Amino acid sequence: METRSDLALIEPTLSEYRDQKGSLIAILQNAQDIYGYLPMDVMEHISREAQIPLSTIIGVATFYTQFRLQPVGKHLIMLCDGTACHVNSSELISAAITDELGIHDGETTKDGLFTLKHVACLGCCSLSPVMMISGQTYGALTPDKTRQILRKLAEEEGESA
Amino acid sequence: MRVIVGKGSCGIAAGANDVYEKLEVLSRENPVAGTTLGITGCIGMCFLEPIVDIYPNDEAEECLRLVHVQGSDAQTIWDAVAGGELDKLEPLKIKPEDEEFLTQQTRVALRNCGIIDPESLEEYIARGGYRSIRKILEQKITPEAVIEEIDKSGLKGRGGAGFSTAFKWRAARNSPGEEKYLICNADEGDPGAFMDRAVIEGDPHSLLEGMLIGAYAIGAKEGIVYVRAEYPLAIIRLKKAIKDATEAGYLGDNILGSDFSCKIRIKAGAGAFVCGEETALIESLEGKRGMPRLKPPFPAQAGYWYKPSNINNVETFANVAWIIDNGGEAFAAMGTENSKGTKVFALTGKINRGGLVEIPMGRTLRDVIFGIGGGIRGGARFKAVQLGGPSGGCVPAERLDVQIDYNQLVITGAIMGSGGMVVMDENTCMVNMARFFLDFTTKESCGKCVHCRLGTKRMKEILDRIVEGKGEEGDIEKLEDLCNAVKDGALCGLGNTAPNPVLTTIRYFREEFEAHIEEHRCPAGECRALISYNIDPDKCIGCTACARQCPVDAIKGEVKGVHVIDHELCTKCGNCKTACRFDAVVVR
Ligand SMILES: Cc1cc2nc3c(=O)[nH]c(=O)nc-3n(C[C@H](O)[C@H](O)[C@H](O)COP(=O)(O)O)c2cc1C
Ligand code: SF4
Ligand code: SF4
Ligand code: FES
Ligand code: FES
Repeated sequence: METRSDLALIEPTLSEYRDQKGSLIAILQNAQDIYGYLPMDVMEHISREAQIPLSTIIGVATFYTQFRLQPVGKHLIMLCDGTACHVNSSELISAAITDELGIHDGETTKDGLFTLKHVACLGCCSLSPVMMISGQTYGALTPDKTRQILRKLAEEEGESA
Repeated sequence: MRVIVGKGSCGIAAGANDVYEKLEVLSRENPVAGTTLGITGCIGMCFLEPIVDIYPNDEAEECLRLVHVQGSDAQTIWDAVAGGELDKLEPLKIKPEDEEFLTQQTRVALRNCGIIDPESLEEYIARGGYRSIRKILEQKITPEAVIEEIDKSGLKGRGGAGFSTAFKWRAARNSPGEEKYLICNADEGDPGAFMDRAVIEGDPHSLLEGMLIGAYAIGAKEGIVYVRAEYPLAIIRLKKAIKDATEAGYLGDNILGSDFSCKIRIKAGAGAFVCGEETALIESLEGKRGMPRLKPPFPAQAGYWYKPSNINNVETFANVAWIIDNGGEAFAAMGTENSKGTKVFALTGKINRGGLVEIPMGRTLRDVIFGIGGGIRGGARFKAVQLGGPSGGCVPAERLDVQIDYNQLVITGAIMGSGGMVVMDENTCMVNMARFFLDFTTKESCGKCVHCRLGTKRMKEILDRIVEGKGEEGDIEKLEDLCNAVKDGALCGLGNTAPNPVLTTIRYFREEFEAHIEEHRCPAGECRALISYNIDPDKCIGCTACARQCPVDAIKGEVKGVHVIDHELCTKCGNCKTACRFDAVVVR
């Protein structure tokens, strides 16, 4: 079922940028901050209000890796796949996450708890391999350490539920 | 006394926030007269984070440096500071050999990084900041003379292409039109490089001052910094710097009472490597898909909104104020005949001391990797170093004495690049490394031209096959043909340079490709399809550590008895190898 988004939330952004040419990326960035992803009805609304063809909006939204067209899980796991992390065996970490949670790059667990996203360099290469979950960085990962981190997060969820 | 916590991104990742917060509470509950707590940006010694520096007084340049500090050390530190007993901090003090990491460097672009509080305009000014733009405006030095000084310095762009900065500025200055733009490329797309992030996080005003001088030189009234989306802290610090500089009259209308006006704003990127290419960056600034434009016209003629524009990299700008302050000749005195000044590198990978390194051009790669970086981690053998990321190439052990110089590096097949320097050891598979970069460029190709869109894909398919042990005779030649076709046929630098990592690995490590293809063997023991995990019966003491870590129960054996791995069940996760403390798990 198509859910309906609260379009009033994007109004301040639209009034700020509506008449500034070249602001589409900034509008979409704000929209994603608000809704967590870019829902179709929001993009349609932006198209009408800012007088930008929907095809242009979707073209931009699909070009940049930052934009998501699907909602993400509660915890977004950003696993670094930059060069330094690759050299320090990030592939083993990726395999451990897939094995533990059953998700690949870009997928979300059935319970909606975790989404896995590979990213290029989180900027702390000296701690590689590195992942960031909900703003917290975890460095010098081993497959085992990774599993423990994920289990702990899942446990905390179980407790708070 | 001043107690300074290093709060760059990697320091924070290592736990610097916790250290800072604990010290903050202590300093409030138990204030020490004449002692303040502060922060600084990336010190460059990322391998020692979190770092706390204690300066005995306000003027001191020398500090007591504490490393690998944890929140639990805060009390000890504050007690020692309060009691004036700094010698009690000896156990946390940096080791003398690690200090060499910095003492062997020459810092120009990073002159303030790790020293000043990046959020303080006053501290930047106290170290000579905004003196250059003041000199230019007060002494009414002409834009032409400014460009002349930059020309004398020999400064070349630090973003990768290494084009003369003075040449570009002159072209933009001479381009007809009232409305001109100055753009800073802070997209830093090379995954594994973080020089520009460190400059913005650690010394944002030096970027702003460099941009102001550039804007004055080319005749622009507006500057834009295009910052990579993944750098939230850099954006916050730069925003604050712009606000503070505007309030103090260094930015905005009639700067320092002159008739020069300039505004600077930030535009956050949205994640696309190709947007580091200058014309793609301009498209992105205009809110579009970041696809490169055909050149000519060059940005100097028709750039942002088709107005004359000039684009420079962050590190390029960070050198500018220093050059105006110290004179172009002082900069040109460092380096080699055709590569002047210093260059910043992000040293990472299998290296003992990883972090930011700024050295005069002309030093050798060996100097950097073994002298400053302290050699290979864990005592393994050096194999190659990758320069310039996905656009660059690798340099093998036998070429380590090459000078860091634009021309010398090109001879090896690599490039200077923007400063990524990833060190690889004998356990890194070079074929897989080539595949890794191709995987990156395939995903990042914007798709505008066929050579790049399809050519990189075909190359990646071949490399995928090879690392899976399904390589065929003739694959190496096929790769070389594709490389040359893509190199020549692609529209922009992304496609033109995407083959470099493949070409250099074939050039220096051909036998490794052959081992994969002909013998289905990965000599480095990395390619999962070609290796197996085994337990050496002579080394296994039967501690059961491996069996307990195996997620699929593939390891059988009695306590104190030799353990064995069932290859049918083993998923090659590597847990057992990490778990075994007797090096009994071997990869073949
Ligand atoms: C695919 C591609 C990616 C690039 N990425 C960057 C980058 O991340 N940062 C950068 O400064 N220059 C990058 N460049 C180089 C820019 O196009 C441009 O040459 C540079 O920003 C000019 O500044 P400079 O003269 O100060 O080096 C890239 C070029 C290409 C072809
Ligand atoms: S070379 Fe690649 S990235 Fe560059 S324009 Fe062509 S398809 Fe796009
Ligand atoms: S590599 Fe992983 S799956 Fe294979 S035996 Fe070791 S721990 Fe078990
Ligand atoms: S390469 Fe992983 S943090 Fe930089
Ligand atoms: S960010 Fe801390 S030393 Fe590099």
